[in-house]
Amino acid sequence: MTGDLLGQNPRFESVPEVRELLNSVGYLADDGLSGVVYLADRLAKPVLVEGPAGTGKTELAKAVASMTGARLIRLQCYEGIDEAKALYEWNYKKQLLRIQVEKGSAAWEQLEENIFSEEFLLTRPLLEAIRSPEPVVLLIDEVDRVEIETEALLLEILSDYQVSIPELGTIEATQIPMVFLTSNNTRELSEALKRRCLFLHLDYPTVERERAIVLAKVPDISEQLADQVARIVRSLRSLDLKKHPSISETLDWARTLVILGIESVDEETARSTLHLLLKYRSDIEAAAKELSAATAASTAPAP
Amino acid sequence: MLDVLTGFVGELRRSGLPVSVTEAADAADAIRHLPLEDRQAIKYALGATLVKSSAHWRAFDTAFEVYFSMRGPQYAVSDDALSGQTDEDAAAGSGRGQGRGEGESGAGGLEMVSPEEIAAMLYKALRDGDQAMLGAVARLAVGRYAGMEPGRPVGGTYYLYRTLRNLDLDGVLAKLIGEARASVESGAGADAGDEAPVPGPILRGRELGHLTPLEERLLEDEYKARIDELRREIEAEIRRRLVADRGAEALAKSLRKPLPEDVDFMHATREELLVMRKAIQPLTRKLQARLARKRRHLRRGALDFRATMRHSLSYGGVPAEPRFRHPRPTKPEIFVIADISGSVAAFARFTLHLVHAIASQFSQVRSFVFIDGIDEVSQIFERSETVTEAVHRVNQEADVVWVDGHSDYGHALNVFYQRWGREVGPKTSIILLGDARSNYHSPEAWVVKELRHRARHVYWLNPEPRSYWGSGDSIIEHYAQFCDGVYECRNLRQLEAFVEHLV
Repeated sequence: MTGDLLGQNPRFESVPEVRELLNSVGYLADDGLSGVVYLADRLAKPVLVEGPAGTGKTELAKAVASMTGARLIRLQCYEGIDEAKALYEWNYKKQLLRIQVEKGSAAWEQLEENIFSEEFLLTRPLLEAIRSPEPVVLLIDEVDRVEIETEALLLEILSDYQVSIPELGTIEATQIPMVFLTSNNTRELSEALKRRCLFLHLDYPTVERERAIVLAKVPDISEQLADQVARIVRSLRSLDLKKHPSISETLDWARTLVILGIESVDEETARSTLHLLLKYRSDIEAAAKELSAATAASTAPAP
Repeated sequence: MLDVLTGFVGELRRSGLPVSVTEAADAADAIRHLPLEDRQAIKYALGATLVKSSAHWRAFDTAFEVYFSMRGPQYAVSDDALSGQTDEDAAAGSGRGQGRGEGESGAGGLEMVSPEEIAAMLYKALRDGDQAMLGAVARLAVGRYAGMEPGRPVGGTYYLYRTLRNLDLDGVLAKLIGEARASVESGAGADAGDEAPVPGPILRGRELGHLTPLEERLLEDEYKARIDELRREIEAEIRRRLVADRGAEALAKSLRKPLPEDVDFMHATREELLVMRKAIQPLTRKLQARLARKRRHLRRGALDFRATMRHSLSYGGVPAEPRFRHPRPTKPEIFVIADISGSVAAFARFTLHLVHAIASQFSQVRSFVFIDGIDEVSQIFERSETVTEAVHRVNQEADVVWVDGHSDYGHALNVFYQRWGREVGPKTSIILLGDARSNYHSPEAWVVKELRHRARHVYWLNPEPRSYWGSGDSIIEHYAQFCDGVYECRNLRQLEAFVEHLV
């Protein structure tokens, strides 16, 4: 709706186009993902991306930025972030200087009007994103790290693309940026925030997609090795581990195998390089045990 | 379309998903931008606008499959003429033509395809990973084995079970792996030529020899993935037929399941327990993060007089800035005493799991389990690598049967008091888990009273609904009078709330 108000043209024509574009910048998307990106543009809504660590949440925002030729503005959230860090801040030093200079010469009312003008405003990522004249993609990273009270800061900008500054009034967006919020799901986000966003859950990819990712991202890897890598990683993810290997860890592993000149993974290689995939000792031990002892058909799941 | 959407949103709400009006409006807005005939596109559009938590995806998925299953022409199973035609289109090239027509029209009961043929097709489909063929097998198998009776208000679980039992998937899996092994050892697979005798690239171009365990493992995972695919196809097929039979709304009602955090411990099915077990991991992680954060936020301790005076010297002796001690919030010591007899076993398992998973929030956690005898199991948790494994081992290794293996709270508490009562101190919080159904044995409630004197807190968690307490052989009120709190704890949500309160 807001998109229509501003008369902004949609960025994409169709879902397949989004997918093509994402592929062209090296982000292999499936239909669901590109569909959500497409809708985000059409409905002018932010996207809340959630999922386990290392499944390409942040990467998605970067990919969208580069495929639309937009600038990426990133707000890294952390505990204790506040208005001054996220939205805007008055440039006190400059204001003081101004007061010093005009001492005694101007009336206070006039001075006050002067020092609370845009000249003295320091924009922070959120304000910058909506004031920017050129297209931008706004990435609000790890939004689950901020306290629940601070979330409220985001609400106005996410739903109406505007920021209210008491001294200046409301600043409206010059263009609707695409907004991505990522969350590792360490806490439940507030209903108000979720309601304003499209929800996208990024899970570990299927074998086929992971193989394609490995092939795309790791130069000089043979198709057979990529396939094997993807399959072994899938097996590892089906185990009960403290932390499952992420896509980035899969890629690290694949790169290592290529550097070591390994054509085909056998147990010995797998065991000796497991520490690239798994980061806990107990996980590595469990995985090594599992991989070398096939459970055969005896433990197939009962119907 | 709007009618369907409203009905669908209503169904989601009835399943417990919080769908607001704005979200429903967004969903309607979203599907305007997508081609209506693309079912997958509609699905993710609805998913992105209506479902805001991955835990709710499953409920959404079921509801969606029910409400939007009949809308695609290729799914119109009951309509013979139509399905015959589209099936031929779909079948073209996939080489499953034989017997198709008969099988399809036999939805009512007439089956022309023999079980052997189905088994052969199934085997081939799984071996080659042929999607279209898997779908066909699923349809045939449901028609042949499910024995569906029109008009019955069921959700189809039993039909699924019946179909799967007849397909003997475990046997097929073993056979597939056996064949792969044989083909590698003898080269039989290579003779069969290009017909992909073993699944794709795992073994392609491999010289003869023995299957290494790693390869076997990978093969098995591949086959299992395909079998899961088949199971989903069968489920979808059964659902399609049920919708055709009774309509979407009625079926959705039978299929409605509580969300994982709302499932009752005492009446959970095996499948639900599995889902809950998956749900408990993110739950403990979240709880852990929240508790750690809470602890950090309790910044101010008592006034530190010395530090304030020292600091005041820089203001000429005026205590302008008060200094506070660093808070050292005490970590409670936890004793969990759990009844693990059949009726409440699931509840005890989840509670033990949760408490041990956040053990770092406590100075010490000790666990005791009982039925009519009692045994300490803390060391099992210490020795095991993961909590899941430990909980599993508790059930096997703990020595909890004294006479007959029927709950006897009185005796168990008595023994606890004799053996470990001295170790209960003023820092200890005791959590008793159980339904307090003691088979009319003596309650020995004085033990709880004594423990109450020694310990900081005594809590009782009861997995039964509050209205059942005190009925039959439940003696909860004997104990309740000496506890600091007795809580009804029927699902993960209530359990989580209690644990947070505890810390």
